[in-house]
Amino acid sequence: MIQSHIFGNGLVLVAEPMDWLESAAFTILVPAGCIHESPDRGGLSGFTCEMALRGAGPRDSRQFINDLDCLGVERSESVGESHTRFSAATLAGNLHEALTIFADVLRRAHLPADQLEAGRQVMYQELRAVEDEPAQKVMLELRRRHYPDPWGRPSQGDAASLKAISLDDIRNHFQRAYRPTGTIVGVAGRFDWESLQDHVGSLLGDWQPAERAELAESHHPAPYQHLSYDSNQTQIGVAYASVPYRSEDYFPAWGAVGILSGGMSARLFTEVRERRGLCYSVYATHHTLPHLGGVFCYAGTSAERAQETLDVLLAELQRLGEGVEEHELERLKARIKSALIMQQESSSARSGSIARDWHHLGRARTLAELDALVDALSSERINAYLAANPPRQFTIVTLGRKELEVPLGVS
Amino acid sequence: MEFLKHTLPNGLQIVAECNGQAWSTAVGFFVRTGARDETDEIAGVSHFLEHMMFKGTPSRSADDVNREFDQMGASYNAFTSEEHTVYYAAVLPEYQLRAIDLLGDILRPSLRGEDFDVEKQVILEEIRMYEDQPPFGADEKCRALHFGGHPLARSVLGTAERISALSVDAMRDYFRRRYCACNVVLAASGRVDFDALVAAADRICGSWEPGSGNRQLGPAAPASGFHVVRRENAAQEYVVQLAPGPSADDDDRYAAKLLATILGDETGSRIFWELIDTGVAEQASLGHFEYDDAGIFMTYISCEPGQTASNLQRVHDLFAKVQQQGITPEELSQAKNKVCSRIVLASERPKGRLFVVGGDWVQRGEYRSVRDDLDAVGQVTPEQVDDVIRKYPLRHSTTMTIGPLENVDQPQ
Repeated sequence: MIQSHIFGNGLVLVAEPMDWLESAAFTILVPAGCIHESPDRGGLSGFTCEMALRGAGPRDSRQFINDLDCLGVERSESVGESHTRFSAATLAGNLHEALTIFADVLRRAHLPADQLEAGRQVMYQELRAVEDEPAQKVMLELRRRHYPDPWGRPSQGDAASLKAISLDDIRNHFQRAYRPTGTIVGVAGRFDWESLQDHVGSLLGDWQPAERAELAESHHPAPYQHLSYDSNQTQIGVAYASVPYRSEDYFPAWGAVGILSGGMSARLFTEVRERRGLCYSVYATHHTLPHLGGVFCYAGTSAERAQETLDVLLAELQRLGEGVEEHELERLKARIKSALIMQQESSSARSGSIARDWHHLGRARTLAELDALVDALSSERINAYLAANPPRQFTIVTLGRKELEVPLGVS
Repeated sequence: MEFLKHTLPNGLQIVAECNGQAWSTAVGFFVRTGARDETDEIAGVSHFLEHMMFKGTPSRSADDVNREFDQMGASYNAFTSEEHTVYYAAVLPEYQLRAIDLLGDILRPSLRGEDFDVEKQVILEEIRMYEDQPPFGADEKCRALHFGGHPLARSVLGTAERISALSVDAMRDYFRRRYCACNVVLAASGRVDFDALVAAADRICGSWEPGSGNRQLGPAAPASGFHVVRRENAAQEYVVQLAPGPSADDDDRYAAKLLATILGDETGSRIFWELIDTGVAEQASLGHFEYDDAGIFMTYISCEPGQTASNLQRVHDLFAKVQQQGITPEELSQAKNKVCSRIVLASERPKGRLFVVGGDWVQRGEYRSVRDDLDAVGQVTPEQVDDVIRKYPLRHSTTMTIGPLENVDQPQ
């Protein structure tokens, strides 16, 4: 059973016991995502996260990492559009100590001035790394163009804004965004709920909330953009609008994408790779924001076959609009059900899922509930959704030596 | 947790770590063949053949194969390395039989000429993809230089020229020689019905030719050297450095893993504090990799090109220092905690255990429980680590840099 508690300051603790595991994991979502950055300070959330890990509470940066290592904590951090995410997994007995260390990061990060330049270098390195990853580059650009600003921003920022970020910017961002309102702590694995709740309460219960500014959106659609790049392969990204996780239409929309791309019998893999040998990597994925959804498709292929690949990809998107078959849905359901059961083998996976659920729905769905939602999915339901919302109005980005022809009326 | 094993009359070995409490079952065929078993004429065939396994059998089309895996909701894939080719699926326990039936069947593929031609294009795209992304083939090029004439010098992917020239007959011949029963281990983990596993294997694989499955083994004579490869349009410079390390059957391998953790783990290691925390490199790590008759320590760095030489010098100095002064007991204890915690976390999924159980058996014919591995790590002494440092000087290495630089100063 999933337990949850909302503390007086707005902080959410949501936890799912998995007593058969030796481990426990947590995912902390802090409302410090890149939508909250001003355009001339792109990358500020990532930079702030980098600095927050350089010492907090009684630990300097070295002690922080040493203590986590001694506890055997496997950790990772990332910055998304809405949140900065701190994730950690460890042996169950070390859960409380690991949470104690991360509570200091959230509330008492040192943000040391003498490490600002080292932190800035780390940010530059990340930015430069993307330059050498053509597949990532094309998908970041696709997202930036497809979503209204600020929702499509890359978390890496750009060189000019990283250069401009000052220690005051970081401290202010930390003061404003690292707050309990909108923060979700998801825990899964082996733990005792009562003592977990007490422990989190003692660590974060008296954390002071703060007001948040409203977001303004702007959209400048640019249907096709080619980025010139000297490479063997041409990278192709295609996006179209979908619905968010909280929508009633989410499962049919998501199911349609699962039929397009997922297992090796899915349409894109079959038509683009298996039948035509056009590329090694091709996929489509459903992405959700709180209020918008998007489908993002990718294919990478050699320059001379890129046009055919784009044509086949677009034809498959068009065909998806005509509906899916019952047998395709059956396979999709089998895959999802199996994946749901196997989520019970991973405390990390569950802690992330329940935290994300809470962000989108204000509650966490149990695996049984998800299973029932998948059961209820029918091909009629998916086809009704697709009839009303066929893939259309594509945003297309390509990267490579040569621009491609985008058929008129498609984008 | 119970370990069970059985050998079919034709030599195919079956091993399983059975856990009645698990949510899923993982099964995999571990074939003792890979790039090292190739010759120049068929370079890249092991990996190409791995792709062809999914292209159909006398009783199944390629579509059937993909569809049946998806009908089970299997999480499945295959991979090829220098020494092994592995085909695996994680499924719900009720699909154990169907999964073995399907995996066993695809291991006797039709290898049709027309499928071979289409899939060749996919392989060529995969090669082009890796050429476009970091480290732009430097890992395989450096390995070739390091191992020289030894079979471990061979590239898993092969080259576009060799793959283009490869014939389906040459692939069929390689398949017949290498995919014989004595070269195959069927491994399973999680909620396994072992009797049913053996019965299914006997039915599906019992008629496979026993074969001999010879592999050419011999000591490596690793080279040392410094090579700069220019790639003008790269934004970063990438460094791959290979030095000899303990092999897969060497008991020193646990001390080697701990040494690599102390010096070059992604966080909290000496290299981390020197190169990552300071922001002078994007990535920097040291890992230990083991093979039948050799082992390597691999250093990997990616950084802003202008910092390449100074970063190489920093790593060189770290290696010199550890050579002179060894490691501290605190570092060792911290590394043990990290490694042991990772072993436990990775073992929670049957799929995680499958690669360990199957990998240990195909490589060493040995079963090791999670406890065995934790004990082996726990028992390593500082003296044993120092011993590894003495036996395998990290500075005796083959280094390759790839990126915009034309010249890179060698560390002194």
